[in-house]
Amino acid sequence: MLSYIDKIKEISRRLLKESKVDMVIGFRKGTVVMMNEPCFVKTVADVDKLVWDSNCGINLANYLANRTEKIGIVAKGCDSRNIVTHIIENKIKRDQVVIIGVPCKGMIDRHNIEAMAEAEIQEVIETDDTIQVKGAGFEKTLDKKEVLQENCAICVHRNPVIYDELVADEVKEQTDVDRYEDVRHIEALSPEEKWDFFEDLLSTCIRCYGCRNACPLCYCPTCFVDESRPQWVGKSQDSTDIRTFHFLRAYHCAGRCTDCGACERACPMGIKVRLFTKKLEKDCLELFDWEAGLTLEKRPPLDTYRPDDPDEFIR
Amino acid sequence: MKVIKIDKKEWAKGLERLSKTYQLFGPAKHEAFFVFKALEDGELPDLDVQNTRLSPRSVIYPQSEKMFEYTLDEDQEDHHILKEIDKEYSSRAIIGIRPCDAKAFLLVKRNFDAPEYKDPYWIKSYEATTLVGHGCNAPCSCCFCTTAGCGPFHEEGLDILLVDVDDTYLAKIITEKGDRLLAAAGWDTKTDTATNDPIENMKEAAEAKITSMVSTDQLKDKSTTDLFEASFWEDVSFACINCGTCTYVCPTCWCFDIQDETHGLSGIRMRNWDSCMYPLFTFHGSGHNPRDTKTQRVRQRFMHKLKYYVDKYDNGIQCVGCGRCVRFCPVNIDIRRVCDLMNSFEL
Amino acid sequence: MQNPYLPYPVRIEEIITETEDKNLKTFKLVFLNPDDENKFNYNAGQFAELSIAGKGEIPIGIASSPTEKGFLMFTVNKVGLVTSHLHNMKPGDIMGVRGPLGNWYPWDIMEGKNVIIIGGGFAFTTLRSSIIYMLDPANRPKYKDIHVIYGARTPGMLLYRDELSEWEKRDDIHMHITVDATDDPNWKYNVGFVPTITDQKAPSGNTDTYAIVCGPPIMIKFTQPVLDKLDYAHDHIIMSLEMRMKCGIGICGRCNIGKEFVCKDGPVFTLDQLNSMPKEY
Repeated sequence: MLSYIDKIKEISRRLLKESKVDMVIGFRKGTVVMMNEPCFVKTVADVDKLVWDSNCGINLANYLANRTEKIGIVAKGCDSRNIVTHIIENKIKRDQVVIIGVPCKGMIDRHNIEAMAEAEIQEVIETDDTIQVKGAGFEKTLDKKEVLQENCAICVHRNPVIYDELVADEVKEQTDVDRYEDVRHIEALSPEEKWDFFEDLLSTCIRCYGCRNACPLCYCPTCFVDESRPQWVGKSQDSTDIRTFHFLRAYHCAGRCTDCGACERACPMGIKVRLFTKKLEKDCLELFDWEAGLTLEKRPPLDTYRPDDPDEFIR
Repeated sequence: MKVIKIDKKEWAKGLERLSKTYQLFGPAKHEAFFVFKALEDGELPDLDVQNTRLSPRSVIYPQSEKMFEYTLDEDQEDHHILKEIDKEYSSRAIIGIRPCDAKAFLLVKRNFDAPEYKDPYWIKSYEATTLVGHGCNAPCSCCFCTTAGCGPFHEEGLDILLVDVDDTYLAKIITEKGDRLLAAAGWDTKTDTATNDPIENMKEAAEAKITSMVSTDQLKDKSTTDLFEASFWEDVSFACINCGTCTYVCPTCWCFDIQDETHGLSGIRMRNWDSCMYPLFTFHGSGHNPRDTKTQRVRQRFMHKLKYYVDKYDNGIQCVGCGRCVRFCPVNIDIRRVCDLMNSFEL
Repeated sequence: MQNPYLPYPVRIEEIITETEDKNLKTFKLVFLNPDDENKFNYNAGQFAELSIAGKGEIPIGIASSPTEKGFLMFTVNKVGLVTSHLHNMKPGDIMGVRGPLGNWYPWDIMEGKNVIIIGGGFAFTTLRSSIIYMLDPANRPKYKDIHVIYGARTPGMLLYRDELSEWEKRDDIHMHITVDATDDPNWKYNVGFVPTITDQKAPSGNTDTYAIVCGPPIMIKFTQPVLDKLDYAHDHIIMSLEMRMKCGIGICGRCNIGKEFVCKDGPVFTLDQLNSMPKEY
């Protein structure tokens, strides 16, 4: 996956040179270990600052909504699915984007890796299959597969579903993963246990809205938590208000979430916010045989009506 | 300035005595990271922490804080009149605060304790709190305190500085508040022959470990409007998702919102931390918003910390170099980079 | 320690609907505790936070003059949550007032000078306060010529119409009332936008003349070149700004323009000051 960058640069240079796009959205090298920063490149000379490695987990589709330029965008499988969703939801036009598809083998979970290290990690060296971490008095080589973001480890759409250019041959999709083990575990809890589980899950939330803002789906001009007339949700650290935010946000993502993991990656408190969206993703799969962002041809289940809807009340 | 030796074997007993008259707060491990919390009976502050995820600012300035109460019940004589709430400001102490976080309270104090207006909640809470600092022997790689007007053994803002030396803590008493706390803890202070030398040596060693730096020397002389209109803001702000992480993890951010919450016929007026990253922060009732775009909001955060504050108080930047915003920004926007861009900006 | 966030309780004494669109109402408020009125010692140009339990607070310019005793007056445009609620309140209802807040027009500096007041729309509130203040027999000798240029979209959108016609009759104040347009055959004043009328009626600028300008952004934008043409120095042009505010005392952080807080260091700034501040308002 490390070799992708030459091809990404070559394509970006060509697109900019031929004025096919006004900018390319990609990543530049981060200032701390295991982080890269989303950036735009508008000139051929700037293309060299683009990077690609296993620290490109941020979903770049988030930077597309409502833009008016012609944009080249580097897209992993999940990014491409969110681009599809954006196109379906009229947040960007298909002919406005040149999708530089990246077959993805998963991004690494820096919080998890940090927790595994004895002390602060000061240097990280990546090869195709390993992550070597170094710090004061320790050095460790990790198998990349073992330290992927949780959503990447169970990803079944690693290849872009829509693209104009592809930087490498497609990778083999994972078929032997259990996507919903954690959801089933929660489903099996009693109501009291569920209550305790969620209370504990959200106990550290500081309402920074990192999860919401990192999510490409959350582009509403005014989010329901910010609405003042009427005010749906209180603004304090009251646990009911915090729960309301997380539950309702998850519902707003039903049938749209691609499990890209942006929310969980962004959370400064390490809250597993994907547990909410995954339950709804599972329901959409089971009830409507639907996975978000795979096709431009079909409307998502929650904005369309089908006579064979599984629920009786609507038929 | 007095330096005493506390035998680590006596540490827990002293804290126990202290807890009779002080409410104690300290760093404690929560799942994968450290936070500041009220210590339970017998719980010791975990002084091995490099840096907590959130700063201890909420000990003095809670994220949600009640200000007033009211009743809307017209049968009550004082209906619709806001009334002060009895609040508790008994002595408390933060044990194991890092020098950067303590210094941050001084920067914030300029805002809450201004010549013209005094914020009673913040001031009373601050005055009730004794800050027992813990010198930083192993700073993180993105700490840049030494060039942000602070340092791993910085004393300004602390009441006591603790330094970990083998099986003792050297405690340097910086203020009278610190003195009072030591008296309440009742550690054996007979051996106060300890000199300042080991502290100075460790301080130098710790400072030498900080390799991350910012330059701030030119900020004051730059033109506000030139910096404001600089072309780098689009590039700096592009990745920003406008979450409030940087402002909420920051020990020197202070902005808040005021909200009324009514349940039935009674309610409270409260304040909650707010963030300049949120569009609503400056949204006028008319629909106009002077900081409508994320570029404007990102610019506001950095201009406030690195230019407006510098100009307003002539006392350095509104940052202590704790590195939290650098570590926790979900998209890696780095104040060190922006500070250098601003400091070296030429038209 | 005095709590600067605690409002004084007041009772709504009277509510006057000012404009034909009914979006502007004037609220006359009386302090529940007479002592509070003495503490609320204000100058023309300042504002206060109007507080409604359960709804919140809004910063509103004080429309009464410090020379008027026994009440406070605020004219409120219905825009948001708090103002909409306020518009539905009735005389006798209890609410709160917190202030006075912010700075004021520089009455000491303007002593012995000519004062030109230029106002548009519903931003005339603190200008009313200023006119009443200057026309008070104790104060009138302190100021030389007073001109007032005040415009609204239509005659029915002018605030304080009774007082305007009273002032028209006086010879110690030069009134230039205007409307953007009208088909009222009885309209005996000016027709035209405020910048145009300023161009026609305002005296030229000099070291002895100060202009106070309050109005919507569009009016200010087009009035400024007129004042430049009339030779007003930028430190003789005084403006009052609006911003989203919460605390009103320079602490909560949202209303800054550069290092200045509009609530505490403003809302009154000279154009000269504004020129050196970021254009972010």
